[in-house]
Amino acid sequence: MSIYVNKNTRVICQGITGKSGSFHTKGCKEYGTQMVGGVTPGKGGTDFEGTPIFDTVEEAVKQTGANATMIFVPPPFTADAILEALDAGIETIVAITEGVPVLDMVPVYRKIRASKSVLIGPNCPGVITPGECKIGIMPGYIHQRGKVGIVSRSGTLTYEAVWQTSQLGLGQTTCVGLGGDPIVGTSFIDVISRFQNDPETEGILMMGEIGGSAEEEAAAFVKQHVTKPVAAFIAGRTAPPGKRMGHAGAIISGGKGTAEDKIAALRDAGIEIAESPADMGTAIQRAMKAR
Amino acid sequence: MKIHEFQAKQLFRQAEIAVLPSHVARTPADASAAFEKLGGSLAVVKAQIHAGGRGKGTFLENPTQRGVQLVRSAAEAAQVAEKMLGNTLVTIQTGPEGKKVNQILVEAGCDIARELYLGIVLDRAASLPVLMVSTEGGMEIEKVAEETPERIFKEHFEPDLGLQAFQVRKLCKKLGLTGDAAKSAHRFMTAMCELFVATDCAIVEINPLVVTGSGQLIALDAKVSFDENAMFRHADINEFRDLDEEEPSEVRAGNAGLSYVKLDGNIACLVNGAGLAMSTMDIIKLHGGQPANFLDVGGGANAEQVSEAFRIILDDKNVQAVLVNIFGGIMKCTTIAKALIEAYQNVGFNVPLVVRLEGTEVEEGKKLLRESGVAIVTADGLTDAAKKVVAAAAHSKA
Repeated sequence: MSIYVNKNTRVICQGITGKSGSFHTKGCKEYGTQMVGGVTPGKGGTDFEGTPIFDTVEEAVKQTGANATMIFVPPPFTADAILEALDAGIETIVAITEGVPVLDMVPVYRKIRASKSVLIGPNCPGVITPGECKIGIMPGYIHQRGKVGIVSRSGTLTYEAVWQTSQLGLGQTTCVGLGGDPIVGTSFIDVISRFQNDPETEGILMMGEIGGSAEEEAAAFVKQHVTKPVAAFIAGRTAPPGKRMGHAGAIISGGKGTAEDKIAALRDAGIEIAESPADMGTAIQRAMKAR
Repeated sequence: MKIHEFQAKQLFRQAEIAVLPSHVARTPADASAAFEKLGGSLAVVKAQIHAGGRGKGTFLENPTQRGVQLVRSAAEAAQVAEKMLGNTLVTIQTGPEGKKVNQILVEAGCDIARELYLGIVLDRAASLPVLMVSTEGGMEIEKVAEETPERIFKEHFEPDLGLQAFQVRKLCKKLGLTGDAAKSAHRFMTAMCELFVATDCAIVEINPLVVTGSGQLIALDAKVSFDENAMFRHADINEFRDLDEEEPSEVRAGNAGLSYVKLDGNIACLVNGAGLAMSTMDIIKLHGGQPANFLDVGGGANAEQVSEAFRIILDDKNVQAVLVNIFGGIMKCTTIAKALIEAYQNVGFNVPLVVRLEGTEVEEGKKLLRESGVAIVTADGLTDAAKKVVAAAAHSKA
């Protein structure tokens, strides 16, 4: 088992003819993802290296039976692209685009949450079930199918955690990048509850960062509902308040969203803390051995 | 993106949000003329910098001068302007180095019956903007939230629907605003929420929001910042950007497409990805070092960007060692290795450089570094890299 995506997931790319869209469509296809089509308004009827291109998502779904999409359209048009995918009934919408205006995401978020569709991102590396399906920009080869479910707000830090769990022979069930923006479609809680219900997942590793309160909310959820071992790392202990650390959402404002508060909440929920980013793999290993 | 108080008030006037008459001054003569133009018996001179706490802040050059001062004549306005302009204001938000004051606002006085607080921010947990008001105007809102949270009242609103009339009624009831003041509050709050949405604000803070003797709500102060990601649709607001208020090295990094934040330590780092960049700072600290910066070169940096990144971090005189930490994904280790070697040759290094590479084409990348002959300390893994760079910094200090 796995969560969100598997070998039967049929994926299209919105923005397939752009630089990133075409590059990563190729990368996903090479990994073994069923890339069944792409969408670029005005380029319908052509193809990208054999993958058919459509003018609208509706058409792409009708012709290919796609149930997932990977969005690479530029930030001013991302909200529209997500809503188009939702309108076409796509179940798993993965928005990679960085730089989407936050107020664009407010109505999009409400619509997504009121629907059966799932939005992962924006500003995220994507989602991968090793050996079955990769939707996103992560390097496929560092992954290894195994027992740890990984969920994170950051990209390269996730790769680091994936690499460590692969090195330790633990491997991963599914890895989900939530995205570094203040409003993202999927939360730690959404993913952790799926991992809890996924029989293949034996341990859950989460990577949070400064800003907002998503980690504290996740800690409260874990305390109440999660029986599987959980380990966590929080990035940004040394980040100064009031400064945005790369991600739009990574900012300590009004004394809220510090790494210390998050770590305290996670620890209180019985979550194993990785003190160092080099210790993420061993932290989940410790947590799993302790059971 | 932050703007000045006088710029925010300009936006308020356009949106028919009540502010007091005021004029910007850049010389003492301007300040004196501004006082005359206002025509009252008193005015308030306010230093314009991108930081709060001005009323309690003092000037490095004139320690008795505060950042906000009441004046009673044109001559006094000029005197105060003289003490502020060109000098450095230190407040709790500026850090000990303070900020240079290039302009001041000369504002009319007003008859204050009550001081309230109003703020609008994005509530991330609710994924909605929220209007917050408080009876405790003039206080630091973080302090109010901590000590007397029952005096802060909140209403979330949908950007497309705006703040509803019943929400204003609820807030007025809690604030004790009735009659003309409640009517004025309706206009003020509704318009402020509309402005927040229309201009893609990140934060609006009016502290204090005053109620006059005749029941009018007026924005006495104005702190406004915007969502940088939305500035593509607000060319007019973009023009308010004041580069003098920003850290020059951060502006330079932004121009090169790099995400950089200057810190106080002595170990510089260059990393791909924001989360990994933060974690690299953390691991330096964990092993006893002090990070000199946050720097995310992004996923697709080229040799020119990497060179510029090195120039920026080496320009920081505090830097005694550099750590490069790359987890190659889409970015190949060979690309970064070539860029590193080129940058090393172009920029010229006078401090030790520790490099940790992992990911796509890592072996080829390491081989390139080895064969280049440049003096690089290579590291295996994060911990090894952190220990090596901390040791190198300590050594170069000694």
